[in-house]
Amino acid sequence: MTDATFDAPTGAVRKLDFSGAAARARIKRRYRAETRFRSYGIFSLMLATVFLVGLISDILMRGVPAFWQHSLVLQVPVSAAEIDPAGTRDVATLRNADYAALIRTGLAAAVPGIEGRTAEKKLNGLVSSGAGDALRDLVVTNPSVIGKTVDIRALLTGDGDLYFKGVGTPIVERTVVGKATPSAVTGDIKITSSANDFALDVRNVKAELTKRASALTTEIDRLIVISDKTLAPRIESLREEVAALRARVDEAKTAEILDEKLPSTLVAINGGLVKVTSLRDTEIEGTVLVPLKTGAEAGPSAWKVVTYATPEGNRKATDYEVAFLEKLKAEGRVERNFNWQFFTSGDSREAELAGIGGSLVGTTMTLLITLGLCLPIGVMAAIYLEEFAPRNWFTSLVEVNINNLAAVPSIVFGLLGLAVFLNEFGLPRSAPLVGGLVLALLVVPTIIIASRAAIRSVPPSIKEAALGVGASKQQAVFHHVLPLAMPGIMTGTIIGMAHALGETAPLLMIGMVAFIVDVPKGFTEAATVLPVQVYLWSDLPEAAFQSKTAAAIIVLLMFLFVMNGLAIWLRKKFERRW
Amino acid sequence: MDSTTMPTTATEIGVAARGASKVTARDVNVFYGEKHALKGVNIDIPDRGVMSFIGPSGCGKSTFLRCINRMNDTISSCRVTGQIKIDDQDIYDPSLDVVQLRARVGMVFQKPNPFPKSIFENVAYGPRIHGLARSKTDLEEIVNASLEKAGLWKEVKDRLNEAGTGLSGGQQQRLCIARAIAVSPEVILMDEPCSALDPIATAKVEELIYELKQNYCIIIVTHSMQQAARVSQRTAFFHLGTLAEEGSTNVIFTNPVDKRTQDYITGRTG
Repeated sequence: MTDATFDAPTGAVRKLDFSGAAARARIKRRYRAETRFRSYGIFSLMLATVFLVGLISDILMRGVPAFWQHSLVLQVPVSAAEIDPAGTRDVATLRNADYAALIRTGLAAAVPGIEGRTAEKKLNGLVSSGAGDALRDLVVTNPSVIGKTVDIRALLTGDGDLYFKGVGTPIVERTVVGKATPSAVTGDIKITSSANDFALDVRNVKAELTKRASALTTEIDRLIVISDKTLAPRIESLREEVAALRARVDEAKTAEILDEKLPSTLVAINGGLVKVTSLRDTEIEGTVLVPLKTGAEAGPSAWKVVTYATPEGNRKATDYEVAFLEKLKAEGRVERNFNWQFFTSGDSREAELAGIGGSLVGTTMTLLITLGLCLPIGVMAAIYLEEFAPRNWFTSLVEVNINNLAAVPSIVFGLLGLAVFLNEFGLPRSAPLVGGLVLALLVVPTIIIASRAAIRSVPPSIKEAALGVGASKQQAVFHHVLPLAMPGIMTGTIIGMAHALGETAPLLMIGMVAFIVDVPKGFTEAATVLPVQVYLWSDLPEAAFQSKTAAAIIVLLMFLFVMNGLAIWLRKKFERRW
Repeated sequence: MDSTTMPTTATEIGVAARGASKVTARDVNVFYGEKHALKGVNIDIPDRGVMSFIGPSGCGKSTFLRCINRMNDTISSCRVTGQIKIDDQDIYDPSLDVVQLRARVGMVFQKPNPFPKSIFENVAYGPRIHGLARSKTDLEEIVNASLEKAGLWKEVKDRLNEAGTGLSGGQQQRLCIARAIAVSPEVILMDEPCSALDPIATAKVEELIYELKQNYCIIIVTHSMQQAARVSQRTAFFHLGTLAEEGSTNVIFTNPVDKRTQDYITGRTG
């Protein structure tokens, strides 16, 4: 080492230039780059926010209505003759009785005077098949109600429920000026008004027909442009159709026949409801949906014209159903309740009865198995590898393979579970036990990696301090390193568990995708999990199941938020212990 | 130790301590993998006194210090040959329990490293794992006495349950000293204990070292020659992995024999 010398270096002295043009340009460029970078950041953040808000609000809008359910309040006479003719009050007899029939009696009492198979079928179809089961449970647990009339909340079917959730039709009511005379109270009837009260409807129908004719004309023009000879007959028939429509519009005298492509016109008269099938300015013909109380002449205040704006062909609820539901609602028989059953019942083919209770329990059980297996194994493995294992080719091999394992597609673990746990060990199919085992395989590498990172991040000075006062290596690790690594380990574990919570593919392989009605009661019973339930429901064509799907997604996300919240809470709790 | 080496010996200079050396090293070599970090060190360190190790960075003084409580064992590539004895017991004897050794040879590190626990727990940890206290009051007594000896008692007696990491740097270092003496070690190793402290905290720690030397054998590594001169009775100068010179602090700083020592002390190398 030589003595330091302080001679100036040879050559010109370089000075920093802050004032020249080049310097100013450089500074400007730097500012621009910084601004650009910041705006990129803000932009991507906003983009992410927009997507997230869009996603969440879409799911909420679809799913939240499924948390409420509409039911009919029916007075059902629990007649002893019907369910227990022998009077034994034997539980088996009570169980086997036909409660659906009782519900039908209650419905018939609520909407009296309904005749004809179509109308009766429509009426009875409003109520879920589960209503009879609910009544059965009531009677079996409390036989004293036999012989009395009980108030029953009968669930509406999915379509009826959706009708009240806004998937119905706008209803327009119009007052009239003439006096109307119905020809009968049920069946197909004629109603004559003393004024031309239906002229507006006739005009509306004609306008609709004109619209249809011009749409067909456009179609004809399109076909002509194609100039294909084979299309000639089609063009001809369309032309005839247009001509017929035009003739119908021009013809003033004949009645307009209404079809399901036109908005439904109905006449509410004398407490009944008549669906118009043919229409003139002063007279209609129609089918009675709800029977009239009297056949007497009705003054302008006693009757009106009702229009269901959405054509019957474009909605789920038929005119019959809309008529019945509106009548029941007007009588205050429709109740909207929070759908607790959604959280307690298992899957069902009936949308209104299907719940996520089964999959919630299945998910909880599966995750318990997963957590119980992979937390101790993962953390112990991490501690051993990080603190105790000798550094040699074997431990390097193990490390590399743990990292590889974390990257293995989850379906492979499903196949492994199928081959080993189901076929080799003979464990039950579809069971949370097997699901938990498979997911534990999936999560263990994640936990090991996260835990090792957490252990490595503990300052070595803490371990040295412990060793310095004579703690053994194990004492140093378990007394000092592990508590400090705990928040990181917890976070890693919860992230792994959240990963397991959303996992579907491996569970499909071990049969957790089955249609399971019962809520599982043990770890070896058939069960399904939330994401699989979402997957199952999303496949079903019924509209009611679509909102159930969204509702199940909401519950799944909530589950996730709760788990993440727990992670944050645990982290804070452990971190506060210095 | 025996009664012949009472406090007076520590204040005496030089040869008198030889007969009562606490730590003896014979031909100690340390390798980090291929690197020969410490070459043939022979030294006798007296009891009840302060021995300081000085030398430029990378000269092996910390390495040697960490050999004395076998802290180097935690570095897997580190290999130690030769012989180090404490009270005639070879500490590299395979039958020796390294945990017991470290209880006998306490250590204070360069950066204050209290456990992220309460002040009380920091000091109580050592006695607890070694079963030093028979009861809770016993333990409290040990903790209080240790804090008292470390000169920290007055400052922390009202907040024993607060975090040790919440103390100032100097207090943290004295807490670490209290933690080290709580297990009644015979030797205390200090690896640049004041390098992270301000002058006032340094002065307090030095004062503490001065107090402690009456009961312990203290070995301190320092970069500050003034500190070495102030606190130690004997000084060892390490250079490039060898022990260049060892002797009474007065002699080393005023009349060194070795040219390298002279250059280092006068600031010509470093």
